[in-house]
Amino acid sequence: MRLVLPLIVTFICGMLMILQFFIPHRPFSLLGEELSDWYMIVASAAIFLGVVNLVQVHLMKISQRARNWQYSPVVLLGFFVMTAAGAVWGVEEGRPFDYMFQNMVVPMGATMFSLLAFFVASAAFRAFRSSNWRATLLLLSAFIVMLGRVPIGDMIWRLFPGAASGAHPNLVSEVAEWLMQVPNMAGQRAVMIGAALGVVATSLRMIFGIERSYLGGAE
Amino acid sequence: MREMAFLPALLALAAAAWAQPEQPDSTASPAQDAQTFESMFEAVCVTDAPNDDGGALEVSWTLSGSASPPDSIRILATPEGGEEFEAGWVLPGTDLFSLSGLEDGVPCSITLEAWAGGSPVSRSDAASATPSAQWFHSRRIGMFVITVLLAAVIFWYINRGKSGRPLFIREIAGLSAVDDAVGRATEMGRPVLYIPGIMDMDDIQTIASMVILGRVAAKTAEYGANLLVPNTRSVVMSVAQEVVKESYLQAGRPDAYRRENINYLTDDQFGYAAGVDGIMVRQRPAAIFLLGTFYAESLILAETGKSVGAIQIAGTAMPSQLPFFIAACDYTLIGEELFAASAYLSREPKLLGSLKGQDVAKLVIMLIIVIGVLASTAGTWWEPANRVADLLRFLTHVE
Repeated sequence: MRLVLPLIVTFICGMLMILQFFIPHRPFSLLGEELSDWYMIVASAAIFLGVVNLVQVHLMKISQRARNWQYSPVVLLGFFVMTAAGAVWGVEEGRPFDYMFQNMVVPMGATMFSLLAFFVASAAFRAFRSSNWRATLLLLSAFIVMLGRVPIGDMIWRLFPGAASGAHPNLVSEVAEWLMQVPNMAGQRAVMIGAALGVVATSLRMIFGIERSYLGGAE
Repeated sequence: MREMAFLPALLALAAAAWAQPEQPDSTASPAQDAQTFESMFEAVCVTDAPNDDGGALEVSWTLSGSASPPDSIRILATPEGGEEFEAGWVLPGTDLFSLSGLEDGVPCSITLEAWAGGSPVSRSDAASATPSAQWFHSRRIGMFVITVLLAAVIFWYINRGKSGRPLFIREIAGLSAVDDAVGRATEMGRPVLYIPGIMDMDDIQTIASMVILGRVAAKTAEYGANLLVPNTRSVVMSVAQEVVKESYLQAGRPDAYRRENINYLTDDQFGYAAGVDGIMVRQRPAAIFLLGTFYAESLILAETGKSVGAIQIAGTAMPSQLPFFIAACDYTLIGEELFAASAYLSREPKLLGSLKGQDVAKLVIMLIIVIGVLASTAGTWWEPANRVADLLRFLTHVE
């Protein structure tokens, strides 16, 4: 029963979601929304599980003086201060919660996001320096696309004799656009078609109980 | 091939549906109900809203070209045996209105009233139609046929796999390296870090990631490596805890399961990235799995993993994040490979059969694309080819 019940629930929910896509008639039309609402309710209730886990894990680290336990009081302090500020004064604009969110959480998130610039540089350097023809092709394509995305690319092109008065005065940006719209788009669509098939196959395996490893691989 | 015998019938059904022109509503066909007005409304047409769950009508109209446009148009509805009520107002320039909340099977008359300068200046004749619900979405027949075909091919290969016939599955380097990655972590005495993406359990990539987590957890249980799974969603954390616990039980190592290692960090995208980066830098995992849905944090995580010297296996179906993983990780599962991982790792014949079916389905789609391109090109000078192109367009169209 421990195995059969989840399989039955998965089958019924999966089939209902498929049917409601093809059958607009009630009750099928309502079932999709209904199941989505149930999921939102479960997910909202599950936030408490996350909170309890967060507090438990860090309290355990502090009590056991585990490695790097010094960070845990900072996490708990941040969590409780934000929770208390929201619960006591509300979360509206101008309240302590909003002040801390706008002046601490948002800048910290922006800091993490801005690190991306440095990581892009280091990853690009590694990708481009590989000494094979594919890396060279990648480097060349990236160079043209980057140049084509800024006005200076076409300006440089127009410095060539006859380029400004020729049929393609914006050749660099045109080539960049072609690279993005044709080879790049074709590659992306191939990935998406493959992924869509993978989604169908995975869904069928789970709905019909062929894939059971999410239940612990039980047979 | 007996199981596939119904496929021609299915294709015939699709072709018949494609060939059949859409029927206008019987009570509101333009010939019967479209009202011609010489003043302001040239024609008013009311039809049952197509492919809905009932109770809705669609009203369309054209205004007389000679008349000056009104300030607004008022839509009035009168159900049979009921009283007239105001259904809504629209601005000039609009020529379509959807009316809902009606009773199925009860004819409803619609009248339009043009307003200018704060008072009605013209009123159309009534046009009526009967709202009804449809049992099948007529614009999704093609998708239905394709879904059934894909399912049939996949199930056929699953049966073939179960019958014990050998199936060739190409090697996926990233998945073949899972054993090496976990083995390396065990030898180095460092943990294995598994990152299941940043989306919730309603995302199919997260579900696929949970399935792979079960396989990876079985390996870590077998090898005795420490498995860390930081999560950005509470539901994913709960599922991951159950999946890992079951895998450890199946491997006969329930004592090695550490619930606190599968923990919740935060729902915030970059807060999560910072938290996971911290875990990487402090715990220095020897193997990192990044499998699931990722957005802007993908490169932040992958580059930090690279900097701590971990062997990294990434996988996602997000085309925009794949280049970052390819640049920063040792192995990358591209799109469909993420969904193939569980079957590939388990080597169970029936799961491998589904992979084979997936490959055949991909071949069919490739053929459809090639035939569609050729038919559409040839259709410019040869009409029958155009018909083939139209049929393929109908089959692949999704509304």
